[in-house]
Amino acid sequence: MFLPETAIFCITLLVYGAILLLLIYYVLTLADLECDYLNAQECCRRLNFWVIPKFGSHALLCGLLLLGGHWIMFLLNLPMVLWLFYELHRQRRDSLGVYDPVDIHSRGLLKVHLRNCMIYLGYYFVMFFVGLYCLISSLIKGDPIKRYEDDEIITDF
Amino acid sequence: MSAYNQNFVPPAAGTANGNQGISLVNGLPGAVPHHQQQSPPAAAAPASAQQYLQQKAQQQQQQFQQPPAQPYPGISSNSSLPPPPLQFNSNIANKFLPPSSTSANNGGPPPSTLPQHLRPPTANGPTSLTNGSNGAPSANSSRTASPGLIGAPQLGGLPAMPQNPQYAHGAPLPAAVPQQSQSVASLTSNMHQMNLNRTNGPSANTAPPPQQLPPQQQQLPLANPMAGSFMGSKPPNLNPSASRVIGGPPTVGGVQPAPVPAAGQRIMYGGAPGSNEQQSQNQQNNNLQRAAPPPGAGAAWPPSLPKAAVPGIPPPMQTQQPQAQSAPFAPQQPQNAAQSAPFAPPQQYQYGQAYQQPLHQPPLPQQQQQQQQHQPPPPTGMFGAQPSSTPLQYQSQPPPPSMQSQGQHPYAQPQPTSGPPQLGAPVPLNVAQQGFSRLWGQDTIDLMQNRHILSPATLPAPKVVLHNQFHESINCSPSIMRCTVTKIPETNSLLQKSRLPLGIVIHPFRDVNNLPVIQCINIVRCRLCRTYINPFVYFVDSKMWKCNLCYRVNELPEDFQFDPATKTYGDVTRRPEVRSSTIEFIAPSEYMLRPPQPAMYLFLFDVSIIAQQSGYLEAACSVLNRHLDEMPGDARTQVGFICYDSFVHFYSMAEGLNQPHEMTLLDIDDPFLPRPDSLLVNLKECKELVRDLLKLLPKRFAHTHDPGSALGAALQVAFKLMQSSGGRITVFQACLPNKGPGALEPREDPNNRSAKDVAHLNPATDFYKRFALECSGYQIACDLFLMNQQYSDMATISGISKHSGGCVHHFPLYQKTKQHMVDSFRMCFKRYLTRKIGFEAVMRIRCTRGLQVHTFHGNFFVRSTDLLSLPNVNPDAGYGMQISYEESLTDVKTICFQAALLYTNSEGERRIRVHTVCLPVTSSLPEVMHSADTEAIIGLLSKMAVDRSIASNLSDARDAFINATIDVFNAFKIAQNLPSGQSGQLIAPRSLALMPLYILGLLKHPAFRVGTSTRLDDRVYAMDCMKTLPLDQLMKFVYPELYKIDGLIYHARNSNASTTEEDDEEDPLPELPRLQLSAEHLDSRSIFLMDCGQLIMLYVGLNVPPDVLEAVLGISSTAELGDYVYGLPHIVSAEYDILQRFLLRLNYDKPYSALVQIIRDTSTAKGQFIERLTDDRSESSLSYYEFLQHIRAQVK
Repeated sequence: MFLPETAIFCITLLVYGAILLLLIYYVLTLADLECDYLNAQECCRRLNFWVIPKFGSHALLCGLLLLGGHWIMFLLNLPMVLWLFYELHRQRRDSLGVYDPVDIHSRGLLKVHLRNCMIYLGYYFVMFFVGLYCLISSLIKGDPIKRYEDDEIITDF
Repeated sequence: MSAYNQNFVPPAAGTANGNQGISLVNGLPGAVPHHQQQSPPAAAAPASAQQYLQQKAQQQQQQFQQPPAQPYPGISSNSSLPPPPLQFNSNIANKFLPPSSTSANNGGPPPSTLPQHLRPPTANGPTSLTNGSNGAPSANSSRTASPGLIGAPQLGGLPAMPQNPQYAHGAPLPAAVPQQSQSVASLTSNMHQMNLNRTNGPSANTAPPPQQLPPQQQQLPLANPMAGSFMGSKPPNLNPSASRVIGGPPTVGGVQPAPVPAAGQRIMYGGAPGSNEQQSQNQQNNNLQRAAPPPGAGAAWPPSLPKAAVPGIPPPMQTQQPQAQSAPFAPQQPQNAAQSAPFAPPQQYQYGQAYQQPLHQPPLPQQQQQQQQHQPPPPTGMFGAQPSSTPLQYQSQPPPPSMQSQGQHPYAQPQPTSGPPQLGAPVPLNVAQQGFSRLWGQDTIDLMQNRHILSPATLPAPKVVLHNQFHESINCSPSIMRCTVTKIPETNSLLQKSRLPLGIVIHPFRDVNNLPVIQCINIVRCRLCRTYINPFVYFVDSKMWKCNLCYRVNELPEDFQFDPATKTYGDVTRRPEVRSSTIEFIAPSEYMLRPPQPAMYLFLFDVSIIAQQSGYLEAACSVLNRHLDEMPGDARTQVGFICYDSFVHFYSMAEGLNQPHEMTLLDIDDPFLPRPDSLLVNLKECKELVRDLLKLLPKRFAHTHDPGSALGAALQVAFKLMQSSGGRITVFQACLPNKGPGALEPREDPNNRSAKDVAHLNPATDFYKRFALECSGYQIACDLFLMNQQYSDMATISGISKHSGGCVHHFPLYQKTKQHMVDSFRMCFKRYLTRKIGFEAVMRIRCTRGLQVHTFHGNFFVRSTDLLSLPNVNPDAGYGMQISYEESLTDVKTICFQAALLYTNSEGERRIRVHTVCLPVTSSLPEVMHSADTEAIIGLLSKMAVDRSIASNLSDARDAFINATIDVFNAFKIAQNLPSGQSGQLIAPRSLALMPLYILGLLKHPAFRVGTSTRLDDRVYAMDCMKTLPLDQLMKFVYPELYKIDGLIYHARNSNASTTEEDDEEDPLPELPRLQLSAEHLDSRSIFLMDCGQLIMLYVGLNVPPDVLEAVLGISSTAELGDYVYGLPHIVSAEYDILQRFLLRLNYDKPYSALVQIIRDTSTAKGQFIERLTDDRSESSLSYYEFLQHIRAQVK
């Protein structure tokens, strides 16, 4: 245990929050593209820039949870990491990134990307609250005996 | 200013195929040329008959006298001139229209003669007739495909009126006749709407019980004259009568019409008075034809029909059954040919005969000839009465009419006396029905029985039938835009049921003549969806129009009331925008983001040692030098040249220099421009310097030994050079780029070329794609000429063209010593230099609300959902789009696709070319299936398969082809309610009859074949062609055209003897039938011609008579031919002349004329010819028949 539990969950929560914000940015950008406010190259350049940070942060988080011994949280995060990894590695060699400006319109991929973003949003939203719960429960666990004066928090178990 | 485009006006009157073009050219009615020619050659034949033709002459005379088929104006002026490249005049363009179009207009239903209020919502002509004549209150009811419901109350209301009162019971009911004829009309139309695959009127002939024969025969004469006239290519004769009858005042419809399914059925079952109600019920079953039982055969009708047939009461199908194995009736049907499956459903026979007849038309190969000899002689007067050897669509199906003519000619005399004059009306409708069902492609065909499927009846593009004839006449030409179905399914689920791909193939920048060009201040467009005004919009009043894509009502600007052609005000329908569905606007300044760019051409030459060994630079420079002045462009045109090996060489042609200066860039990893100007120079000002340079270049690098090729660096500097203006970069690459950025490594394993799984179809690096996208942003297009000696990774390099709107040309194993390759390259490069070009183009595809473009195919970059960015657009590029549903189309009657191409022409003018195509919507599955357009489907499927093989792998794509075929036939079986598990049959609608043939051609095509050694670059290039060729060229690429040119030679000899000198020039070419690609059509006494698109092969049989060889090839025996002979020698003879004209006609549609290769029967090049006979079995692939069996086994 190199980090206290609460710190791990704090980081978890931060990562989730950041990814959520990033996903909102993704959805907005893709919607812009759909409405033709943005051209495909610009859009894909912006989105692809964040693909690696997103995957990296989530993968690090996963590792952190594993090291911290939070098996359940790790298993909850693992599918998404694997999926992101797969998404990165299924690209062909000439691909310009997960979001390829050549294909994004011509293969109907825009819809797929938007749908994926919504799914990610939902997933991270749920995970955010799971993380929050974990953080709170770890905070509570870190203060197990009700020896403090805050009666309203420690009522009855 | 606004010359109306005649291209899209279908031919006016008369015949149903290319004849008509000729007749227009000659100013003669359609039938006249035929008759003119019929007699003289017949007389002259013996005189001019050559040895080998003599024996055939008697039999073939008729067939050789086919009327001219394809108009070819170039011939009339000067037959030895090559055709102007891709200039179509309107007559030529007419030939692109499907033949059925005219026949639909002429002989077809007269929907448009109805007043507007009677027109039904669907485009189905006869439906309108139903409503019109019956006075049925609801126009919509006709769309529900249950005409029986309409008919039933009326039928029920009738007293037990016999089906055939006049004839069966000898009790004429004169009063009932008009109504009958109307009901006949209505029922006819009902039946067509139900998509019955009917046997037609003539089938009635054998059906009636014996005792009914005399009255029946009495009736038949009535059918005959009309039949003759209909079949005799005079459909207009029929038209007035039909429309008169059908379009009668609705008031008559108040009288209960007789419960007659159709005239044919009425005659047929004349003896069954009690079958009245049964029949009306059967109509509700949508199964009129089979369900109308002969009195004896009652309940067990459809399956047990042949068994139930008593000798005296032959099943009606036998009338149409080919080749009388049913012996008793053989004498009646001498014409019918050899296959017969007595248990097959009746609908197929009609077709079986239909395509068989044309096969007998050409000068026959010997076995066919014998076959014909076995047949009883045709009845006298048959060919006289009807020019059945003409490939008219309905004429090509002569057996039923010929049976009529046999059976009925004896009775032709009593016709005026045998019945009241009104009786004539229903009887021609029998014939008309036949025509209708064929014209509408509603007949089916058993592919297993009919292996020789390729015939004039199956080849032409299906006609779009709209409810408004005016609209039909101006719909976009199928050569420009075609949809895979000519009737759009109403919902996505219906589309899924049909298993057909939905999409359009489009050739937007095709060279067309008579294109209306309009300059106006404001271009009228929908304010909501920005659709251009087009012929299919709805004018609410003279000031408003309703957009046909988004249904918004827009205002018309004032000046739209003015017609520039006639200089009159007030009539908006006279505007060219509303009269032509292909139109070009000269765009005002709102359509420019920047001043229109000048024409900019930059040439990149690979000068590495491999390139020098191939010697392409000489040919390229000389062609370039010769055609420098013909390159499109105005005074601002700029050119530049860059050569590259391991380094990049620039050529500065600054003013004041007396020869070009070369600068060499050594730092290829970080390339930069050595000087900012003088690398791209104005062509007009520096023409001498440019010419000097082009002369110097081949010598300059003649002795280079540099093995490197720094394509990437050269491209990067080229990009920097063109960045400011945009333009065209032409890259000549001869080897694998192996230096600097974008260097590649050989990936192909030469030992693995015939492996099942093809690897490396994907690019190896993203460098070229990235580069192309960058180029696309700056309006630069890259075209690639790959003249490689060895593997050059076409898959990767071609990325520069794929994503920048360029084009790719491939000359594998190019060697300057191979003259034919040099010639072929020179022709191609000349066309490339001199063809039209559009700069900084964008194309937008709009479709009616509810549909959307889902996937795009072609070379471009998709900038937003429906906007294609085409830095350059060229006239030889085709595109494909897959369409998907956003919502269902239940409340619309028609849908439209509009393609708008905005480009800068070489004169610096901004122009918009708009194509609009309008298609009806249907809710009936059979209609969708029958309206399929096989060629467009093949075009789209091949594009999808290329995507599939790149995204997944080749075997997936091959499976997808086969599965698509199986699915379609399965769907058709379900749609038609055909019994499952019937062995030995593969029933296809006529519209899809060629699909297995083409699919097999695709499976054996270099792009998709496995098991045969195919170089990876060739395969990738073939795939690239699949994506980018326009449809007409793609079809030749997939399934080459094979002709036997004996007919030409025969024609040349005959017409020489019979016509005078001045006629000779006008002498039209005979129509040669297309042969299927099978060695069974080959024989050793003939010369065959295979048109593969860019290569035409002449296959000379071993025993071709020496006089023919002498006249055509200038040799006395085939032994004089080498193994690889290219190009025709120049010989003065009529035969040679006519062959040249035939070649000209074949080359007319092509970007440049094809290379002719002459192949001796025993030469080593024979393999090239044999390999393209895709119907035959090869060691690793199925034959056509085996393929059909495979499909049949899979179809449940």
